[in-house]
Amino acid sequence: MKGAPLKIGFIPLVDAAPLIIARELGFAEEEGIDLELKRSASWSALRDLLYVGQVDAAHMLAPVPVAGALGLGGAGVPLSVISVLSINGNVIGLGQELAYELRNKGHSFSFLNAKEAGKALIGSINDEFRIGVPFPFSMHAELIYYWLSEMGLPAPLGVSVRTIPPSVMVDALKAGEIDAFCVGEPWGSLSVENNVGTLLLPTCAIWKSAPEKVLATRTAWAESEPVLRDRLIRAVWRAARWLSDPSAHSLATEVLSRNEYLNVPAELIGRALSGNLVISAKGEERKIPGFVRFYEGAATFPWKSQAEWIGDRLASRNGLDRAKGREAAARTFRSDFYRAALGGTSAVLPGASSKLEGALSQPAVVSAAQGHLELEADSFFDGQIFEPSRT
Amino acid sequence: MSELLSIVVVESDRDRALQIVDSLRKAGEIEIYVIGTTTSLSREVQKRQPDVVLIDIENPSRDTLEELALASGPLERPVAMFVDQSDDGLSAAAIEAGVSAYVVDGLQPGRLKPILDAAIARFKMFERMRKELAATKQALEERKVIDRAKGMLMKAKGLSENEAYDILRKTAMGQNKRVADVADALVTAAGLLS
Repeated sequence: MKGAPLKIGFIPLVDAAPLIIARELGFAEEEGIDLELKRSASWSALRDLLYVGQVDAAHMLAPVPVAGALGLGGAGVPLSVISVLSINGNVIGLGQELAYELRNKGHSFSFLNAKEAGKALIGSINDEFRIGVPFPFSMHAELIYYWLSEMGLPAPLGVSVRTIPPSVMVDALKAGEIDAFCVGEPWGSLSVENNVGTLLLPTCAIWKSAPEKVLATRTAWAESEPVLRDRLIRAVWRAARWLSDPSAHSLATEVLSRNEYLNVPAELIGRALSGNLVISAKGEERKIPGFVRFYEGAATFPWKSQAEWIGDRLASRNGLDRAKGREAAARTFRSDFYRAALGGTSAVLPGASSKLEGALSQPAVVSAAQGHLELEADSFFDGQIFEPSRT
Repeated sequence: MSELLSIVVVESDRDRALQIVDSLRKAGEIEIYVIGTTTSLSREVQKRQPDVVLIDIENPSRDTLEELALASGPLERPVAMFVDQSDDGLSAAAIEAGVSAYVVDGLQPGRLKPILDAAIARFKMFERMRKELAATKQALEERKVIDRAKGMLMKAKGLSENEAYDILRKTAMGQNKRVADVADALVTAAGLLS
């Protein structure tokens, strides 16, 4: 018997994996829901499909629901984040000319150190530097602004940050419309494969635990459909748990590479899942444990403090009241819904719904709602610690 | 705002662009520009300063237009994605038809409606053509696979074409699958074994 139908929108990216796996490996079916996955061509189109109810839930950039709550980027309806889908998983890459310049000046492309890479980059660019990000409201944009500003290049003033959709990022770099990019996988690896780009840094080198994609719904839907909402959260959580086992990666890459999903070779997808990235056409490899995380360290828990960090950054850059921005942002991350859905399962839920962001340079065991929970390292490259407001 | 309404249509296909322009003209006295290239889209739109921008929802470059929604300089006109829940489903109808509209803040709803109605009608037709084309392509692909599977069965078991098709059909019914899926499995398996 088929479950209750749910329409879910996604963008072809490796971090859509929990949704695709929930459908293809039967986790949705076990929860009595039937996921109809609809691929979308752009983030704005997907957001609008969600606004008008053409999809019930969507794979979404974490800052999009927050921006909406702050009144940025056009009028819509209130959105709720019912689960985080992934942590990290983006790469910063350079066009070949710029990469050559950095190498000439002695940069090692160690792919680890954001300070070193930032210094090398700033030393090799002029004031016409252009970097592509997939969307104005994205962790790509936030992390680029954060990184370059802290390195002494005040973005967006000193840098031209351009919006380029992921699927055309490689073409834009090739056509010389941008000098560098920050994009989710597999599009960075594709630039390497086509000998158009060289990867400089994974974004986890800027923030070790950045919330990347979320599962967003209309707030009105989440409130009026608690049963379906809970089933969806559980199905995605089970898919994420399955994805965390390295032995699942070869099957996961095969499924993701299908025409109707990412439609790129499985090998490219495998690089992101395993964290073994090839950074240049010469075949230089870099191992990044936890390059993209779907499960470990309560990865899918929607921390109010993550939302506040995003809200704080967006508000301050757009000249809005920061305290109000944080408050509005925190309301979009619904840790209450997440707790309600996973309360009766084997999931270990955090004791609090907000935490210091950036305080852990190493994984740490903290007390959970029941028992203990290991959180992953979450420090910023410059050691800043973000303190959320009391909730 | 009482002057001629100006519209930018983002469409790289010349024929489609002409059809859109024709339908919009019927909606009233309007100044229409067509932008074909999607590179530097947001700069082009900014240069034209239109009241409305229409773009296919399947166009990935649409995301670059979102930058315009952030424009806040004194000389820049705020352009917002047109999603309004209080408009009798007009924006939902637009999105369903496959067209996205960016509208300058403060534009009278009464001036917008005939434009969007015309655009929606046109894009609905495009959407239907897109679906028909996809369905035709798939049907053709399936036909090819079924023909190959029939050929394999005829050769391997010395059957006539009708007998071969009968086997495919019966197997499909027995397994609660489509004939095309059974044929596809056979062709794939034969490819692996050869």
